[in-house]
Amino acid sequence: MATISHTAARGQKASALTQKLMLALVLIVTVALAFAPMWAGRADLRLLMEAFSFLALAQMWNMLAGYTGLVSVGQQAFVGLGGYLFFALAIFSGIPVLLAIPAAAIATALIAIPTGWVAFRLQGAYFAIGTWVIAEVFRLIAAQASALGGGSGISLPVELAKSIAATRDGRDQVMYYIAFAIAVLSVVGVWGLLRSRWGLALTAIRDSENAAESVGVNTRRAKFLIYVLTAGFTGLTGSFIFLQKLRITPEAAFSVNEWTAFVIFIVVIGGIGTIEGPILGVIIFFALRQIAADWGTWYLIMMGSIAIGVMLIDKRGIWGALKSRYNLAIFPVGHRLD
Amino acid sequence: MTRLLETQALEAFYGDFQALFGIDFTVDEGETVAIIGSNGAGKSTFLRALTGLRPTKGQSIEFAGQSIAGMAADRIHKLGLAMVPEGRRLFPSLTVEENLLIGASGHRAGPWTLKQVYEIFPDLVSKRRNPGTALSGGQQQMVAIGRALMSNPRLLLCDEISLGLAPKVIKDIYQAVPRIRENGTSILVVEQDVGQALAVADRIYCFMEGRVSLTGTPQSVTRAQIARAYFGMGEDA
Amino acid sequence: MVWINALVQGVLLGGLYALFAAGLSLMFGVMRFVNIAHGDFIVVAAYLMLTFVVTWGLNPIIGVALVVILLGIAGYANQRFVLNRVLGKDILPPILVTFGMSIIIQNALLEVFSADSQKLQTGWLDTSSISFGHNVAIGVLPLMMFIAAVAAIGLLQLVFYRTSLGRLLRATSDDPEIVPLMGGNNAHIFAIATMLASLVVAVAGIFLAMKTNFDPTAGPARLLFAFEAVIIGGLGNIWGTLLGGIILGVAQTIGAQIDAGYQILAGHLAFLIVLIVRPTGLFPKMKG
Repeated sequence: MATISHTAARGQKASALTQKLMLALVLIVTVALAFAPMWAGRADLRLLMEAFSFLALAQMWNMLAGYTGLVSVGQQAFVGLGGYLFFALAIFSGIPVLLAIPAAAIATALIAIPTGWVAFRLQGAYFAIGTWVIAEVFRLIAAQASALGGGSGISLPVELAKSIAATRDGRDQVMYYIAFAIAVLSVVGVWGLLRSRWGLALTAIRDSENAAESVGVNTRRAKFLIYVLTAGFTGLTGSFIFLQKLRITPEAAFSVNEWTAFVIFIVVIGGIGTIEGPILGVIIFFALRQIAADWGTWYLIMMGSIAIGVMLIDKRGIWGALKSRYNLAIFPVGHRLD
Repeated sequence: MTRLLETQALEAFYGDFQALFGIDFTVDEGETVAIIGSNGAGKSTFLRALTGLRPTKGQSIEFAGQSIAGMAADRIHKLGLAMVPEGRRLFPSLTVEENLLIGASGHRAGPWTLKQVYEIFPDLVSKRRNPGTALSGGQQQMVAIGRALMSNPRLLLCDEISLGLAPKVIKDIYQAVPRIRENGTSILVVEQDVGQALAVADRIYCFMEGRVSLTGTPQSVTRAQIARAYFGMGEDA
Repeated sequence: MVWINALVQGVLLGGLYALFAAGLSLMFGVMRFVNIAHGDFIVVAAYLMLTFVVTWGLNPIIGVALVVILLGIAGYANQRFVLNRVLGKDILPPILVTFGMSIIIQNALLEVFSADSQKLQTGWLDTSSISFGHNVAIGVLPLMMFIAAVAAIGLLQLVFYRTSLGRLLRATSDDPEIVPLMGGNNAHIFAIATMLASLVVAVAGIFLAMKTNFDPTAGPARLLFAFEAVIIGGLGNIWGTLLGGIILGVAQTIGAQIDAGYQILAGHLAFLIVLIVRPTGLFPKMKG
C-alpha cells in the first residue's frame, strides 16, 4: 500500500511542473499568434487562418465523437449550410457583412434542430451514414437554388467584400482576427463546457450511457444539445471559411474530403477525446501537407493509412497515448480517474 | 480412475480485482463433482476459466491429459469439455431443434444424437420447431443441457441449472443425470441448491470468496462444516 | 402512361439497389458491423470486370467468375486479418477504419484508372427490351438485375436457414459470446459472413459496370443508396431490403420523371420520410 501512494505522489509532482510549463508555452504561442498581422506575411496569415478553421472544426467533431459518442461523417452539412446562409444573408438581407457571420451560425443551429430530430432516429454507424445523407440533401438543394448560383455557385459581390474594411491590409487583419477568435473560442468553449456540470454529464455518457441514465442524466437531451451547439459553431466556421474564399459552390461547401475526412484525420491522429489532441493534429496535418504537397492521390492514401494505423495500434491517438503515459494535461478537465 | 480435469493454484482476475486465489481442483473420469458456494464466491468465474472464456495463459489447467491454459474456447470444446451456461443462453433466432444441432458444431463422435436427447427429455419433442426461447424455464434448461450433450463431451459443466426453476422442475431435470452418466460423461455441477448438489455428487467443493473452503464427499461432511464453509461464520471446531 | 413506365423502371432499378444493399444488410445482421467502404468495393468489382473483359479481352463468363472469386477472397481476408481486430463495443474504430479504407480505395482507383467516367459496353444487352403495350418497355438488362437480386437474396436465405453454416451465422448474430462454447470459431464465422457479402458485392459491381457510367468516386453514392434501402426495408430483414430497394428505385424514377435533376434528391426524401414516420423501417426484425 505504501509503495502505491508514493509512486502516485511522485508522478503527480512531476506532471504538475510539466503541466505549468506546457500551459505557459501555449499562452506564449497564443499571444504571439494574436500579434501575427505584425510579423507574418500575407501567405503565412492565410495559412494560419486555414489552420484556425480546421482547429475549430476539429474541436467540434471531437466534441461530438470523442465526448458524446456521436460519430458523424456529415459535418460538411453544417459547414456548407453556414457558408450558404452567410452568403444569402449578406447578399439579400442587407445586414452588415460581419454581422451575417454570427447570424448564419444561429440560423444553422436552428436548422440543426429538426435535422437532429431526424438523425437521432438512427444509432451508431447508421447515425453516421444518416448524417452523410443529410449533407447530401443540403448539397442537392443548394445545387437547385438558382438565386445562389445553383450548381455553379456564387461569388461574394465586391462591394460587400470591400465593406469589411477600407484597405486590403485592413480586411486581412479583420479576417485574421475573426479566424483567431473562432479558434480560441472553440478551445476555450469546449474546455469550459467540459469543466461544467454539462461536462460531467457528458463524461458519464461517454463512459456508460446506461449507467448515466440510471443516475438521472437525461442523455438524450444532453446529446441533442451538443449536436445543435456544435452544428451552430461549425456553421460559424463555415461562414468564415467561405467569406475568406469569397466564393461558394455546392461541391466545395459540402465536400466530404475537406470538411470530414481531413477533420477526422486531424482528431484521430492528434488524439480523440482530448482538447489538446486536435491542436496537435492540426500541426501534424499542416506539416504533412507541406511535405506531401505534390503527391496527389498518394497524399490521401497515406492519410487514410495513418488513420487506420492509429485505430489498429492505439486508438487514443498521439496525445492520448502521451497523456496516459506521462499523466499530462494542458487543459485539465479534472473529472477523470484514469 | 483416470484424472480427467486438474487445476493447480488457479488464479483469475477482472482487471485489478482478484476473483480466484489458488484453486486446486480435480475431476476423475466417471465422477460427478459439485461446487457450492454463495453468490460472488467465484464459482462461475471458475467455469469460465475452464472453458476458455477468461484468460488463463501460464496457469496450470489440464484436461484429458492436455494443458488447456490459454487455449481458445472452441478448441477446448473440441477436446470434449462442454458447458451449460448460466442463464441458459439459448439462441432466439434458432428453433429448439436447431439449438440442439448447433451444439454438435465441434463434430465429436459419440453416443449423443437428437434421438437420444429427445429420449431423456421427451417434453421437447412437441416443441422442436418452436423458437428456442418460446418455452418454459424448465424446458429451456433441458434444451441447454441437450445442446451441450450433442457435442458428446467427456466432461459436462452445468452452471446453476436450478436457477429460477420450481422444485419439481429441478427434480425432473436432475433425473436425467444418471442417464448422462451411463453414457460415459463425467459431470461438474455448480449449484446454489445445496440439497440437490449433495444428492447427486460423488464429491463436493465449497467456494468462498475465491478460495476452496471445504472439500469432501457428501457422506463425510457435516451440516455445520458446510454452513461454515459456505458463509464463513462461526469458529473452527 | 409515362408514370406506369416510371413505376416499372423504378421497380427494376430497385433490384440493383437491393443488390447494393444485401451485403450491407448481411454484415450488419451477423456482426452489427457497417462497412463504410461498402460502395467502394462495389466500384472495385466494376473496375475489375472492366479490366478483365475489355483490357484483357477475357470471356465475360470467365470475367464474372474471376471477379466473384477475387472479391470473395478479399472479403474473407479483409475481415479475418483487419476488420476482426476492430470489432467490439466501441463503434468508432470500425467506422474510422472503413472510412479510411474508402479514401484509400477511391484514390488508388484514381491512380490506376484515372478520373474518367467508364462503362462496360455490352452491345445487344444495352439496347434490348421487351415491350408491354404502347408505353411500357422492360429492358433486358434491368430485368436481369432484378432477377439476380431476387436470386441472390433467395440463395442467402437458403444458406441462413437450411445449412449448418447458416445456423452458426444466425447464432453468432444472437449471442457471439456463447458460440465458441459450441465449437464455433468466431474469427472464421465473421470472415465467412463478409465473404458471402462480398460475393453479392461482386455481382452488384458487375451490374453497375454494365448499367451506368462510373468513376473512382462513385462508391459513396452507392453506399448511401444501399444504406437507404436497408433502413427503409427494416433492419435484419433481407427480403425487406429488396422492398426497400424497390421503394427507393421508384421514388427516384418518379422524381426523375418530374425533373431530371430531382432523381437522387427524391430518393433521399423518400428515405427521410420513412425515417420520420417509421424509424425502424417497414419490416424490421432487429434493433439498431
